[in-house]
Amino acid sequence: MQYPPRRRQVINAVMLTLTGLCTLLVVSVLFFILGYLAWHGAQSLNWDFFTKLPAPVGQTGGGMANALVGSLKMLLLASVIGIPIGMLAGIYLAEFGHGWLSGLVRYTTDLLNGVPSIVMGIFVYTLVVLPMRHFSTLAGGIALGIMMIPIALRSTEEFLRGVPNSMRESGLALGASKAQTVFTVIVPSALTGIVTGIMLNLARVAGETAPLLFTAFGNQFWSKGINEPTASLPVMIFNYAISPYEDWHRQAWAAGFVLLMAVLLINIVARVVLQRGRRVSR
Amino acid sequence: MTTATQTGESVEMQPSAASMKLSFMERLRKGDEAAYLITLCAALTVALITALLAQHLWANSSLSRHQSGWNFLWSSEWDPGSEIFGALPFIYGTLVTSVLSLIIAIPIGLGAAIFLAEMAPRKLSDILTFLVELLAAVPSVIFGLLGIFVLVPFLTAYVVPALRALFGWLPIFQGAFYGVSYFSASVVLAIMIVPFIVSISREVLLSVPASQREAMMALGATKWDVTWHAVVPYASRGIMGSVFLALARALGETMAVTMVIGNVPDVHVSLLSPGYTIAAVIANEFTEATGDLYIHALIELGLVLFVTTMIINAAARLLMLRFKVQEVNA
Amino acid sequence: MLALIQSLPGVALFRRLAWMCTALLVVLSCAAAAAQELTLTGAGSTFAYPLYSKWAAEYLKAHPGVQVNYQSIGSGGGIRQVSIGTVDFGGTDGPMTNSQLAEARQKLNGAEILHFPTALGAAVPVYNLPGVHSELNFTAAALAGIFLGTVQKWNDPEIARANPGVKLPNEYILVIHRADGSGTSFLWVDYLSKVSPAFAAKVRVSTSPRWPVGLGGKGNEGVAGLVRQMPFSIGYVELVYALNSHMLYGSVQNREGQFVRADLNSVSAAATAMAKYMPSDFRADITNPPGVGSYPVCSFTWMLVPTKMRNRAKGEALKSFLSWGLTAGQKYASALSYAPLSQAIVEQELQALKLLQY
Repeated sequence: MQYPPRRRQVINAVMLTLTGLCTLLVVSVLFFILGYLAWHGAQSLNWDFFTKLPAPVGQTGGGMANALVGSLKMLLLASVIGIPIGMLAGIYLAEFGHGWLSGLVRYTTDLLNGVPSIVMGIFVYTLVVLPMRHFSTLAGGIALGIMMIPIALRSTEEFLRGVPNSMRESGLALGASKAQTVFTVIVPSALTGIVTGIMLNLARVAGETAPLLFTAFGNQFWSKGINEPTASLPVMIFNYAISPYEDWHRQAWAAGFVLLMAVLLINIVARVVLQRGRRVSR
Repeated sequence: MTTATQTGESVEMQPSAASMKLSFMERLRKGDEAAYLITLCAALTVALITALLAQHLWANSSLSRHQSGWNFLWSSEWDPGSEIFGALPFIYGTLVTSVLSLIIAIPIGLGAAIFLAEMAPRKLSDILTFLVELLAAVPSVIFGLLGIFVLVPFLTAYVVPALRALFGWLPIFQGAFYGVSYFSASVVLAIMIVPFIVSISREVLLSVPASQREAMMALGATKWDVTWHAVVPYASRGIMGSVFLALARALGETMAVTMVIGNVPDVHVSLLSPGYTIAAVIANEFTEATGDLYIHALIELGLVLFVTTMIINAAARLLMLRFKVQEVNA
Repeated sequence: MLALIQSLPGVALFRRLAWMCTALLVVLSCAAAAAQELTLTGAGSTFAYPLYSKWAAEYLKAHPGVQVNYQSIGSGGGIRQVSIGTVDFGGTDGPMTNSQLAEARQKLNGAEILHFPTALGAAVPVYNLPGVHSELNFTAAALAGIFLGTVQKWNDPEIARANPGVKLPNEYILVIHRADGSGTSFLWVDYLSKVSPAFAAKVRVSTSPRWPVGLGGKGNEGVAGLVRQMPFSIGYVELVYALNSHMLYGSVQNREGQFVRADLNSVSAAATAMAKYMPSDFRADITNPPGVGSYPVCSFTWMLVPTKMRNRAKGEALKSFLSWGLTAGQKYASALSYAPLSQAIVEQELQALKLLQY
């Protein structure tokens, strides 16, 4: 007699196929998105896209140079705000904190992480735009920066916790102070993980549109410094996509392709480095 | 007390344990206090920002809250011109699209997670998981872009006629279909949240102890039997947690939804009719809300969304407490 | 790369990165301070967006260093943002109500908001009818019925009567309106309320009317986009959007009973017919005018200018831009199918502008 019974073997095979198909479906969506954007976007990409400003309404041509620079500026601002606060708070939770305060900080970090991006936009509007009385790159950068904090915090804390205690003890045994140990021994050894966490964080925040709608607003020209409204890549994609102009649709595809490529490349590099790092430490 | 090092230099060794306690000034100089204070400030800043956010949402929705009270949540008339603000169409739209997206995403996501965690060979599983996590990283506006130009025409041409042929007698599939609808928004949302369900469920399934599997295998079970009767039940709370996290993500999704839902502030029974969600109405109407009451009403909607996602995230955390899961950056 | 990251001592790396970022930010901020250039930020009407974006480009050529950044977020947005002072000027096609002006006065600490008409535009009914490639005629009753939801099919007698010889399909009409606060909506609803008591009873005239039927698009762009994509749909957009997207639009029956197509002549005729009713604050309503050849759904589009600005330079720049627009800028209006303002109105406005001191 066969064991397990034939019926169960058949069910096993069927379910294997079904679940495999589910996985195939999910993975093929990714390839479809990539392929479609590559097909439509890549053919609309030209040098103008990266160097020219948007043309006046109804005229064809122009590009998204200001949106690219605007997005980069805001990401820079976001990093300056989000990474230090997130990392230092993560170091606190991993190395210095005990008791109820840590619990409170963790709870509020989770809360902050769960805030929908549009609500974050409202918050930064009432916090920064209204008192300053104008829209600005700074407001957009602050919105994105606050969104970066919870993930920077969590990934820093996790990677620091992953460093074995023996390293902490050996540092202290050599006479280093706690601060010295943390900053010159522990953090560097977790650095790969922390940096890749930051890269993933940046990639996620680079694609955010909703918080920029009423903070950075928009600009058809170059935005100077950080005090003026600025165009950004995701918002341009949104505006162009819902318009009736063929030329704008074409540019939206190109911009979508550029954005997707940037985000995916950062993700791939970060995850590969992370996996290799994990394998090494194992 | 000095000793000689290997190079022959003298090194000041630390005094004995009794006088090990450093004075405040020494600790300050060594940087411990400074480091502690700086990192403490950073941690408190995070808590402060969250508190400030909640306070801003509360304070800046005061006019609307005082005007309508709890009625805000179940009045269905949204008429900014006449200063009548009822949140029901948006709450309804948000719930309908999120729940429907879950209904679509859970079977597929769970199936894929089971395949990746239990059924597939390790190497293949790693590669496929990597790809699924990449899907999670695709920005929402890209989904919106593809939603308008690819998905909506596809649904209009193939899926909805088929649905109508099979289920047209149900009230939820009646009425005209214009492409933009609760249904289209739900499908886009489902595609967006599937990667989260897959990756978190997979981690949860992987963390089920081997003893559970081995016990079942010792009884002569097939791989599927082990998975379905031993692993999944054990991991069920964690899987529910992943569903809740996906739900929280779906509730707050703005851009992709606003591009395919139709932007109509009405409650419709049919899934094929256009609707509105909280996030979409805020995105569309915030910069032009003329009048303080209007803006306060929109911020009150944001407050409702904030509280809802807070509750669902808390529920997810509670469910996943048992499972130490390395999360995808959600 | 892995080795590189791991080889750098942690503190040195952080310090270097922090200095780099701060340095970059300082440079970027200084660039703003050091620049001789000025940027005016405006927002509002999508109706006027094609005109203002053209003006901004041309004005920059004539006056290098002055950038006029105009964001098309709908007239409601223009009114709101200029009332709270987050933008330097607003654009609207629905004039501000007295209560809105009062609110602005209170928020801007006593500054008034002045309306300056910049051009004349028209709202046209655009439609997407597979199989029909001719321009349809719409009676006032037909349009009111469509947007009320009482005229539900394309082959309804109300529409068919005005279009003999056109084979209208037996399909439901999909109405597309604005999802955002819009002066174009204000114009459309204002016109329909004047020609249809049933409509006036059901829908209040405002920039955010409560539409009985239809889907919402964001901005003139969104409505045009949706009409283009959805078969058997009808929407209302500013004339230039219909022309730019090569869409079919219909003629509307005016008070005299003619079916008039929107173009420069018919729009100018409407303005001329109402010229003697121009109030001193320029908030004129020219829908459904008398006169042969006037297009019934026209409106001025106004620039909303606050009487107090954050600094003199900006105020003067705004005055200069507006004067340029009222004089040299008018020639771009016709190319974009807006009717230019009559000389009389321009004179009146330039006078009012002179009285504005910053």
